[in-house]
Amino acid sequence: KISIPDILTPAGDTSVLAAAYGPAEVKVSKEIYDRATLDVLIQPKVGLPSVRERAQEQCVRETCEASLLLSLHPRSSLTLILQLIHDDGSILSCFLNAACMALMDAGLPMSFLFCGVTCAIDVDGQIITDPTAAQEKESRAVMTFAIDSKEHKVMMSSTKGSFSVNELQQCVAVSQKASEKIFQFYRDSVKRRYSKIL
Amino acid sequence: MKETLLSNCERDFLLQAIAEKKRLDGRQTYDYRKMKITFGTDYGCCFVDLGKTRVMAQVSCELVAPKESRPNEGIMFFNIELSPMASPTFEQGRQSELSVKLNRQLERCLRNSKCIDTESLCVVSGEKVWKIRVDVHVLNHDGNLMDVASIAAITALCHFRRPDVSIQGDEVTVYSPEERDPIPLSIYHMPISVSFSFFQQGTYLLVDPCEREERVMDGLLMIIRKNNSSLIEKVKDVKPAPQGA
Repeated sequence: KISIPDILTPAGDTSVLAAAYGPAEVKVSKEIYDRATLDVLIQPKVGLPSVRERAQEQCVRETCEASLLLSLHPRSSLTLILQLIHDDGSILSCFLNAACMALMDAGLPMSFLFCGVTCAIDVDGQIITDPTAAQEKESRAVMTFAIDSKEHKVMMSSTKGSFSVNELQQCVAVSQKASEKIFQFYRDSVKRRYSKIL
Repeated sequence: MKETLLSNCERDFLLQAIAEKKRLDGRQTYDYRKMKITFGTDYGCCFVDLGKTRVMAQVSCELVAPKESRPNEGIMFFNIELSPMASPTFEQGRQSELSVKLNRQLERCLRNSKCIDTESLCVVSGEKVWKIRVDVHVLNHDGNLMDVASIAAITALCHFRRPDVSIQGDEVTVYSPEERDPIPLSIYHMPISVSFSFFQQGTYLLVDPCEREERVMDGLLMIIRKNNSSLIEKVKDVKPAPQGA
């Protein structure tokens, strides 16, 4: 179940390359007796991974661990590598989408799929989905949500900036609606990829 | 992850095929795999595919103080990242032998050949020079990483544009890409490396080995040339004989 790096998720200009390896042998120091160990590695374009990448890895890992059936592969390792190709805003949701598609393509058992949606609230209070880097800089708050495919609930949220509770709820609603489009895109791309083989 | 061992059957099969002048993918001895070069949105970003081997190079620059021994020259920094994406055997820590070897070879290829005019990177002598950083990420390893890395690095350098700078007395102004068009680097020539792998103690030779062929080879010779004329470097690398051969 090794996925060769082939998943390139572009969102406007932002693009990320994802690769999933596993289940494979795990180092004894990292092994967990009843579950697989998931490692997420985010590689930036220039330089070595820093604290920012670690924080993003944490968000992606928590989401993946929630959706993967890790108990089916005890004492094994699953590695997910995300390479940043170009960052023009909404990078965390791009990582999440690429991660989900890589895991799906690798055939790793999951209880549901997930997608990432980024919303930004600009100075006028308007909600923009999938903001570009320029829009993110101008906005008052930027939020990323991971939404699951079964019940469209929020699995993970990462927010930056100031906003009210009302605005948060509005953003969640907008993200849930947007997630439907992303799941449809997943279905279409998988169909396109495997229609040549089947 | 530990590297999966190559079975004796596979090793013998490959060596026998090479002895009969056959390669796994049907190439001839001197054939290269299909090469594709694409560029990214940023200046200085390029992807090179050679068969299944895939490499991405990104060039970036910043203003720094120059080295004390060379106050008039800019600084070039090269880095090859063997991303764990390329192969399950690559780990995140960069200490592996292959990584050190590739980094050293890339430095020899680009730095010693003096393909970039470092003096043109000087802004204020002794105080501010451009530091050009080339990051090469290996995205998929199917053999012959060195050739692809050298092509990606030099292509990215040719594609890169640095911000325009103007000096008025003591003041240095760096213009953003919106204010003034960025300037390309001054590159004298393009050094390209070609790898030859040897089998059966030098009896057989193959150009552009794929990953399987690399595993059974005895040694590798890399020749770095520019523009079909003079030779720049020759790098020989002999693997120790496999145990129980």
